[in-house]
Amino acid sequence: MTENEPLILGIETSCDETGVGIVRGQTLLADAIASSVEEHARFGGVVPEVASRAHLEAMVPTIRRACETAGIKPTDVDAVAVTSGPGLAGALLVGVAAAKGLALSLDKPLYGVNHLAAHVAVDTLEHGDLPKGCVAMLVSGGHSSLLAVEDITDGVLPMGSTIDDAAGEAFDKVARVLGLPFPGGPYIDKAARDGGDRLYVKFPRGLTSQRDLERHRFDFSFSGLKTAVARWVEAKRRDGEDVPVNHVAAAFQEAVCDVLTRKAIDACKDRGYEHLLIGGGVAANSRLRTMAEERCAEAGIAVRVPRPGLCTDNGAMIAALGSELVRAGKAPSPLDLPADSSMPITTVLN
Amino acid sequence: MLLAFDTSSAAVTVALADAVSGEVLASSSTVDALRHGELLAPAIAAALAEAGCTPRELTKIAVGVGPGPFTGLRVGLVTARTMADVLGIEVVGVCSLDILALQSPVEQPVAVATDARRKEIYWALYDSPAEDGSRRRIEGPAVDRPADVAHVLAGLPITGRGVTLYAEALGRGPSAEVIEYPSAEVLASGVATGALPTVLPDPLYLRRPDVTVSGGPKSVLPT
Ligand SMILES: [Zn+2]
Repeated sequence: MTENEPLILGIETSCDETGVGIVRGQTLLADAIASSVEEHARFGGVVPEVASRAHLEAMVPTIRRACETAGIKPTDVDAVAVTSGPGLAGALLVGVAAAKGLALSLDKPLYGVNHLAAHVAVDTLEHGDLPKGCVAMLVSGGHSSLLAVEDITDGVLPMGSTIDDAAGEAFDKVARVLGLPFPGGPYIDKAARDGGDRLYVKFPRGLTSQRDLERHRFDFSFSGLKTAVARWVEAKRRDGEDVPVNHVAAAFQEAVCDVLTRKAIDACKDRGYEHLLIGGGVAANSRLRTMAEERCAEAGIAVRVPRPGLCTDNGAMIAALGSELVRAGKAPSPLDLPADSSMPITTVLN
Repeated sequence: MLLAFDTSSAAVTVALADAVSGEVLASSSTVDALRHGELLAPAIAAALAEAGCTPRELTKIAVGVGPGPFTGLRVGLVTARTMADVLGIEVVGVCSLDILALQSPVEQPVAVATDARRKEIYWALYDSPAEDGSRRRIEGPAVDRPADVAHVLAGLPITGRGVTLYAEALGRGPSAEVIEYPSAEVLASGVATGALPTVLPDPLYLRRPDVTVSGGPKSVLPT
């Protein structure tokens, strides 16, 4: 890190995390997060108005905390980056307005960036420059996508995505079926690791039959899997039997990870890329990491997964993408930058 | 230099004024209920430019705290809080209905009624103006169906968008001369002169959040 590299502050409010990250070049200096996840837990999902209210309350304290951790003053910041979309409209709007307030007050450029592209760019903070050409698999409660990335500052090419539930959503729903808390991902992972038998039940692998592959080679479907787990559990309960939570969690997780890694590797082969990057909250799943590493090693593909803390939504990823855009000399966003809840993935900068 | 704005109504209104005299140096108002997030920052930048003033010269920010539709309201509040914090200056809130009451030219007590959506109004009642023009709020702010509070507002001149929308339910004939939206000019001068009481820059929601669970943002890729 050198002092002449630009200092970027990034703000993320697309869902229920208020994130403020600060990077200098590709060096992470601070990643402050305030989460309203506990306020949503009792509803079993994110309540948009609750999230928006929480963002407003958390914004200034989180900016302060990030600056303190980074040991900088806001006036030191060279550019402000913010999630412009996609995400919950009302939640995005709080972050976008705050970023404008900062940029305006500091007289510094504003970069309204794509949340999904930022999940890719965050890996620069851990592993340096992105490879020239890679497939990025983004898996979280809100998205499940395979993207071809040549240069993240120019945009990405969508290859496939879920046609129903997001991978993380399937984890949440299956967790509920099994009586595990929200958000389901970490609890399912833990239950599976606690002696779960991955082969206990063979749950369906969505969109992997020859017929489905013709139309949906790089798409995902987790709705059928979720239903299959729920039916299986219901049948056990109806018969008065105990549900082996650890085994079901492990077998469900195995089905998800199997499909994800298979399609991701197929996407790499299709593009002729030798790198697979995994991001999003589900990338923190231990089985997904292990399986991706094993299978990619066999296929001669290098896997890049940022550490779990950088995979979930955070401000550092927004700052990281902002930093790449500044380095690439991209023109900043106008002050009338919108909060764009359905921002297409092909647009990196609004 | 005092920067004032309100985003609690369909209008985005911004003013820049002398922090002591309240003399307004630049102002703008735009009515567009769906674009507060896009309009506010450029309007602030334009007011600063028009007055030949930099953000560093600001000494105080005054912001309308509602009640008003939540999404737009938060744009103003988070902008005010963030700007004030980074500039190291004071930020004060003002009940947006108080601004409208101060805008009313009549000499008698007034009611303020604004659009709360869902067929409801935000409303409050005010005394006759004191010598300095200020009005004491004697009831509200509250949120109700117009017909349910028509008797409380009966006999008082009503100001605000609510009377345009619900003239009949409030027992009024149509009137062309209603002040519909808060003015940041009045907010700025009212705060500078002390005619408007200030509060913390916290939103006046007056309603609990609707609990409609979102599955989170869906993928935006074509399927
Ligand atoms: Zn995300």
